[in-house]
Amino acid sequence: MKLLVPVKRVVDYNVKVRVKSDHSAVETAGVKMSMNPFDEIAVEEAVRLKEKGIATEIIAVSAGVTQCQETIRTALAMGADRGILVETDVGLEPLAVAKILKALVDKEAVDLVIMGKQAIDDDMNATGQMLAALLGWPQGTFASKIEIADGTATVTREVDGGLETVALSLPAVVTADLRLNEPRYASLPNIMKARKKTIDVIKPADLGVDPAPRLTTIAVNEPPVRKAGIKVADVAALLEKLRNEAKVI
Amino acid sequence: MAALVVLDFDASGVKQPARSALAAAAKLGEVHGLIAGADVAAVAEKAAKLPGVTKILVADDPAYAHALAEPLAALIVSLAEGYDHILAAATAVGKNVMPRVAALLDVQQISDISGVEDADTFIRPIYAGNALATVKSSDKKKVITVRASSFDPVAAEGGSATIETVATAAFDDKSKYLSSELSKSERPELTAAKIIVSGGRGMQNGENFTKLIDPVADKLGAAVGASRAAVDAGFVPNDYQVGQTGKIVAPELYLAVGISGAIQHLAGMKDSKVIVAINKDEDAPIFAVADYGLVGDLFTILPELEKSL
Repeated sequence: MKLLVPVKRVVDYNVKVRVKSDHSAVETAGVKMSMNPFDEIAVEEAVRLKEKGIATEIIAVSAGVTQCQETIRTALAMGADRGILVETDVGLEPLAVAKILKALVDKEAVDLVIMGKQAIDDDMNATGQMLAALLGWPQGTFASKIEIADGTATVTREVDGGLETVALSLPAVVTADLRLNEPRYASLPNIMKARKKTIDVIKPADLGVDPAPRLTTIAVNEPPVRKAGIKVADVAALLEKLRNEAKVI
Repeated sequence: MAALVVLDFDASGVKQPARSALAAAAKLGEVHGLIAGADVAAVAEKAAKLPGVTKILVADDPAYAHALAEPLAALIVSLAEGYDHILAAATAVGKNVMPRVAALLDVQQISDISGVEDADTFIRPIYAGNALATVKSSDKKKVITVRASSFDPVAAEGGSATIETVATAAFDDKSKYLSSELSKSERPELTAAKIIVSGGRGMQNGENFTKLIDPVADKLGAAVGASRAAVDAGFVPNDYQVGQTGKIVAPELYLAVGISGAIQHLAGMKDSKVIVAINKDEDAPIFAVADYGLVGDLFTILPELEKSL
């Protein structure tokens, strides 16, 4: 079974982002970039499926600027077999990425796509669902458990109020939630090995995809800052404030 | 042209996040609602009473019983022609279904909007709410999910919409609902609660949630939440999680107990009307957003609070 795992290069989750002074975007120059944390979970799940003998090959894909190769290398060091970079300077939206991924899935005859549920930069939470739609495949979003057997993916999903389990006829798209697994750290020998793995570089046009965005960013602003209030001495003082000042209890 | 809102509901009626989505849609023009499910006649009657809604579309079919994305997206696409805007609350169902709808319509979804500027322009949080982007869509149809905590929900009653039955749309039968494990709770749902008591890593274990947080929540009629740290440590289930990767809430009162205030958590609760922080570390970042801070040991403060309520 052939797996495709898309990985996105994003501002590292530990970075406190700043809005550019011209309000055009968030500052990304000179900022540490990493693999989107949910994508790391997706890579880990794919590698585990390979270790169990269920997956035969894992292709890590990224779409974006040249430096996305570093993100693909990280996936290769974790255990993916080869990489594809779809190189473009265009700011890609989920729909464009889904179209790129669909073209690759068709070309590579992929059986299962595992990807992060959401990128922590644009917080769109859409690409996996869109890819499933374009392929006409079933989708298992926000997965906390995946079992593959007899041409079916049984996916336990994180939903409001608890968990839900669905059965998907393969091929399918599954998006990873936080509790699916804990991603491994790549070992030094595996990082060295990953340097020798192939990364093919192609352009969106090679796949017949027009990546032009549909949304125009008019402005990016800081959210309103919440001011710190006061410290109260004890429980009695707290309750007095909540009852008489804030009037919320 | 009207806006169509896909409505989340349960036996008691249309859920609060969906009523917030209706409030967002009302800024765009005439509003229709969609109730899709199995045996939903009674729910449709209730939905028809929602103020500001002129028509409720009803798709009554076992195929929609569990809101699976594949049949539901096919249904919404079959209804799309008559609408410029299609919206749903950014709940587990909305987030699952709407991007599928958007891709089938060749539209870039506008996710999790917190503001409506005009028919094409919307505000949405990015980077876990650390920035707000104003975006303008060039797509002819807009597919939108709505951050419920940013819009005051419309009332449950006050309107009188017509009810129209719509046909089941054809779909590929490649997904099947198997089962649910829902947390059983008498308490209000996190996203609808007026008061939330949340615990963090400082709670030390799950038993302390039951022993110390639950009694306070019961006295206040509050929902119980948790930080990602508490969920990751296995103290409570994931559906308790408030934050960027969990639920976004904005209650009247949010009590953060033993929560340090990671950016990730603040992203989920900083729009609460009143925030109370209880933490033994007086430098904890949570105090920077709290209206009332109480520095001290939660293991003595919580029982005292429970007794005083």
